[in-house]
Amino acid sequence: MLAYAIRRLGQSLFVLVLMSFLVFVGVYAIGNPVELLVNPQADEVERLRATAALGLDRPFLEQYWVFLKGAASGDLGRSFVYNVPALSLILDKLPATIELAFVAMVIAIALGIPLGLVAGLKPDSLVGRGIMAGSILGFSLPTFWVGLVLIMVFSVQLGWLPSNGRGDTATVAGVPMSFLTADGLAHLAMPAVNLALFKLSLLIRLTRAGTREAVLQDYVKFARAKGLPQGRVIGVHVLKNILIPIVTVIGLELGSVIAFAIVTESIFAWPGTGKLLIDSINQLDRPVIVAYLLVIVTLFIVINFVVDVLYSMLDPRVRLGGAGASH
Amino acid sequence: MSAPPLLQVDGLRMHFFTKAGVVKAVDDVSFTVDRGEILGLVGESGSGKSMTGYSILGLVDAPGRIVDGRIVFDGTDLTRLDAAAWRRIRGNRIAMIFQDPMMTLNPVLRIDTQIVEAVLAHADVSRESALARAREALVRVGIASPDERLRAYPHQFSGGMRQRVAIAIALVNGPDLIIADEPTTALDVTIQGQILFEMQKVCRESGTALIWITHDLSVIAGLADEVCVMYAGRFVESGRVADVLERPLHPYSRGLIDSVPSRNERGRPLHQIPGMTPSLLSLGPGCPFRERCSEATPRCAESPAITEPAPGRRLRCFHPVP
Repeated sequence: MLAYAIRRLGQSLFVLVLMSFLVFVGVYAIGNPVELLVNPQADEVERLRATAALGLDRPFLEQYWVFLKGAASGDLGRSFVYNVPALSLILDKLPATIELAFVAMVIAIALGIPLGLVAGLKPDSLVGRGIMAGSILGFSLPTFWVGLVLIMVFSVQLGWLPSNGRGDTATVAGVPMSFLTADGLAHLAMPAVNLALFKLSLLIRLTRAGTREAVLQDYVKFARAKGLPQGRVIGVHVLKNILIPIVTVIGLELGSVIAFAIVTESIFAWPGTGKLLIDSINQLDRPVIVAYLLVIVTLFIVINFVVDVLYSMLDPRVRLGGAGASH
Repeated sequence: MSAPPLLQVDGLRMHFFTKAGVVKAVDDVSFTVDRGEILGLVGESGSGKSMTGYSILGLVDAPGRIVDGRIVFDGTDLTRLDAAAWRRIRGNRIAMIFQDPMMTLNPVLRIDTQIVEAVLAHADVSRESALARAREALVRVGIASPDERLRAYPHQFSGGMRQRVAIAIALVNGPDLIIADEPTTALDVTIQGQILFEMQKVCRESGTALIWITHDLSVIAGLADEVCVMYAGRFVESGRVADVLERPLHPYSRGLIDSVPSRNERGRPLHQIPGMTPSLLSLGPGCPFRERCSEATPRCAESPAITEPAPGRRLRCFHPVP
């Protein structure tokens, strides 16, 4: 387990360095930020001074090297626009995004797995068909459109829910959180549902497919032949088996929900990292873009590691490290 | 033989209602099992023998349904019970063992969990005493170091060991009847012999009746007291094992017995029954075997009734083999 963790850490570092290089190349190619940063009336001398101040006059590889050296000591550069460390800018906004993503995932899991089970156990019933039809809608309706419709219905026409911002927050361990106050919850409801919709549909389909396959297995019939109550057959024998692929997908989707909450955050003016990223791209704020992507990559790496550990807990046949498999 | 039988299956019909039509998987099957008796239920694949077993346990899933007949177990007609009452009998008074031991144990649950839950589903006892019963059951089926084995997962066992665990689970609540659906077919011949011996011993010791479902007549010969032959979902003939194997009355039973390779026919081509099992979808009235039968006459287009040509023998055929 320890050897596995160490090897995993080494692989992760390699991925991070590779990713940083690719991002650096990409960002380097999209334009010169100085054009946007200095006063349009500024003369050539002023431009050169600004370029030098940002370190943009040096060759590409040297810029990358300087970045790497900084990154090794936890400094991912300063934002060109705000002139504060890029990392702290992101970490400031990250809790809002993570909160949104988590609540969305909780909604998706809490509804998706039970609905998928029902649809898988009764595939030909009206309820089962209804759930599947709903999941097709969840899959195919564009997020931004659903977001706008939600605002139209619940904010504009019914006036039940606020349409933008985080609302009141309560501070937990120095981090402001919306879900702890009634006003915050009201603000959180629509963006979280909006973000959850696609993942919910995905989990319904995944759970349904797994359930339909599992109920045909002999071990389910054997469990029933033991005279176990239906609840235990489904809740333990079926669920624990189908949970293995579901946990994998939940892990991957959690990462992608955090990384790509951009559309939802824009529609509901949620002050998270998605909005920050869009602003930074528009302003060619290179350090923020690079830092953002590296934070996301780190997040993915951590989530994948957690998923692998969960996997080995769910499935006794999986032993981390790959060696010593018994038969 | 004055005591009523433990199980009496009477005119059982179990049909699948599919979009393509009605599949008569079990169509008018009758037999009885006395306490402590071993019955061999014999037939080819698709003869409805497994489905008969599932019907007795109430494990038939939609679109299948028991449409007619009675399954009287210890004085109660199971087909009249509601789902909850049938569940209380399953695994408690009637247990079942399946064909493929690699598939019957849940791969992600420990052995102790899988045995203990079977105990707790039927008895209001503490986890500790359930665990003690689980341990005892493993010892009875000949598993060494049961305490260690209880904490293992199914993938850490061989096929034969898994089948022993499945048998231990079937035995743990002391059932009156065990239905074994080809439990040795997927195993090595040596392991097969061990399991057969073990099963027979355990059943004789505890007075548990056994329905052994198989296509293998050689297994039945050494194991069972009575045999019941099925073909295409229908009852063909039954009787004491020795009688049926010595002197089969139905042309199908004779064909089955002749198909078993034997030592004194070395070098000669093996016997086989001509033709194929009919599709259960298109099966009309009349004897389902008549297309393959050497004795068939136009009369066989009607369904023969069950007759009793000799004491203890029952037969459904117009033209018994002389």
